Amino acid sequence: MYEKDGEKYFVVDSHMHYWSAGPDNWVPGAEQYAKGWIECFHAYQGLGPPATHWPIEKFMSYTEDDLMKDVFQDGYVDVAIFQPTYLTEWYREGFNTTERNAALGAKHPGKFIANTRFDPRDGDDGLKQLEENVARYGSIGLKLYTAEWKDGSRGWTLKDPAAYRYLEKAQELGIKNVHVHKGPTIWPLDKDAFDVSDVDHAATDFPELNFIVEHVGLPRIEDFCFMATQEPNVYAGLSVVIGGLMHARPRFFAKVMGELLFWVGEDKMTFGSDYGIWEPKWQIEGFVDWDYPGDEFSDYPRVTTATKKKILGLNAAKLYGIEVPKEYQLDAGEGAPAARDDSVGVSSGSPAASLG
Amino acid sequence: MTATTTGSRILAALAEVRDPELDEPITALGFVASAAVTDDGTAEVHLRLPTYFCAPNFAYLMVADAYDQVAALGLRTTVILDDHFASDAINEGVAARAGFVRSFEGEAVDELDELRADFLRKAVLAGTDAVCRPLAGFPLATMTLGDIPYSPALQRLRRRRRDLGLPYADDSPLLIDPRTGDPVGAGDVPLHLRKARLTRTSLDANTGICRGMLKHRYDTDGQGEEAL
Repeated sequence: MYEKDGEKYFVVDSHMHYWSAGPDNWVPGAEQYAKGWIECFHAYQGLGPPATHWPIEKFMSYTEDDLMKDVFQDGYVDVAIFQPTYLTEWYREGFNTTERNAALGAKHPGKFIANTRFDPRDGDDGLKQLEENVARYGSIGLKLYTAEWKDGSRGWTLKDPAAYRYLEKAQELGIKNVHVHKGPTIWPLDKDAFDVSDVDHAATDFPELNFIVEHVGLPRIEDFCFMATQEPNVYAGLSVVIGGLMHARPRFFAKVMGELLFWVGEDKMTFGSDYGIWEPKWQIEGFVDWDYPGDEFSDYPRVTTATKKKILGLNAAKLYGIEVPKEYQLDAGEGAPAARDDSVGVSSGSPAASLG
Repeated sequence: MTATTTGSRILAALAEVRDPELDEPITALGFVASAAVTDDGTAEVHLRLPTYFCAPNFAYLMVADAYDQVAALGLRTTVILDDHFASDAINEGVAARAGFVRSFEGEAVDELDELRADFLRKAVLAGTDAVCRPLAGFPLATMTLGDIPYSPALQRLRRRRRDLGLPYADDSPLLIDPRTGDPVGAGDVPLHLRKARLTRTSLDANTGICRGMLKHRYDTDGQGEEAL
């Protein structure tokens, strides 16, 4: 938890990792991809404050002690949600698997939620594996990375019939939240890989599931926002928005936040540090202190303490059923965290009403 | 013609190549690692991108466009994309003038014209915000491009509309649907402007992130970058 100026913030880090990306874990013959991937992540870290940068060696292989200190001891996080990314074509043991995350989580009861994943190209075996993971780790959330390479394939979309089979199974198994992350390669390569319209289809057809679009669809924030306005079960995962823009590009950060608050709304935005890309400490401190830098932002929705409380923890707590101590909850009249109809277009009481 | 003059002509040609996704010249973005004439008179251009995994379709378009622009100077031309997972496929495909589908055999079903047009439409929307932002309070739905005083932003918007085959003359409506070219009705103006602003914000944020990533990856300025 974080406390500032007498206000108490319950913090859920809804998107973070415990990866193993050192040369010892690279698949022979795919070293260039394994190296290219982690170097790309490391460049993102360069967008945070210089004092928080790590050397690449530590970045590839940070330890359990690093994580516990950065996230919980120094980082104010109450509950952290592991989001796995497998990349087994490049990393022998996987980059950041459910098993690896859950093993760490098991040593620290109450601190972590272990999400799992699926890949629709895994066929019947994958369905079985999904069922086993849910039973074993109690997962109620999934992380889906659509640009993962597999046996010559360059990714998949949520519109694939095979993906629907998995989503049906996931729903049946009690999965509530689906975090979606787009990447640069997807078949066919002539289409825009970052397109989020497949999420739109899935969100419409699986209304009981919540779809949290990580990195707010970056680099397609506009497509994401247009879609989120129409789908009550689509949420904005702020990983990369705070980490990648708040320090490096403060004016763009203000604009992006203003747009998200307008189109998507404060009830549907969730904080994620994306650790180990960025440490949560500076992100949380900076976000609690943040406001629009000047009058030119005056036609964006205002940011209140309640806004920040929802984004930093209360929205994700609601989505994951995490119990929030009374002193961290909102007072009456400060809104309902994670309310599904908060987006423009979804709600008749939204600012869109004034748009005719 | 001296090598220096030729070098600056090559850079000027490269400044006409835009990142189709960010709608900025590759020179200004720092993507031109080097541009020089070799001893045998070949123009040799090296391009670089913010990450090893930048989308291969956009990377291909930049390499192919750079090739076309420089070759149009009448020079034997080589364009090489450095440090990218698909460098080989892209470099060989562009050198062979193979097109995208043949360069990525089995991985692409179509050329990139439609993708390029999609992003030009985003550029038109973003440009609409740049032009209209100072015009709050004017009856935008009834105004034409000719009603707006000249500015670089207006010039750019006209060019993007022209590239898409959309109306761009003085008597063309200021606000149009970038997909159909139809004028935007008065009642739809507020939402249209909101979308335009959002699209511009998205492009600006992406550009900011790409610049930051490139700077982390390479500690040198790109050719033609310092001029801006």
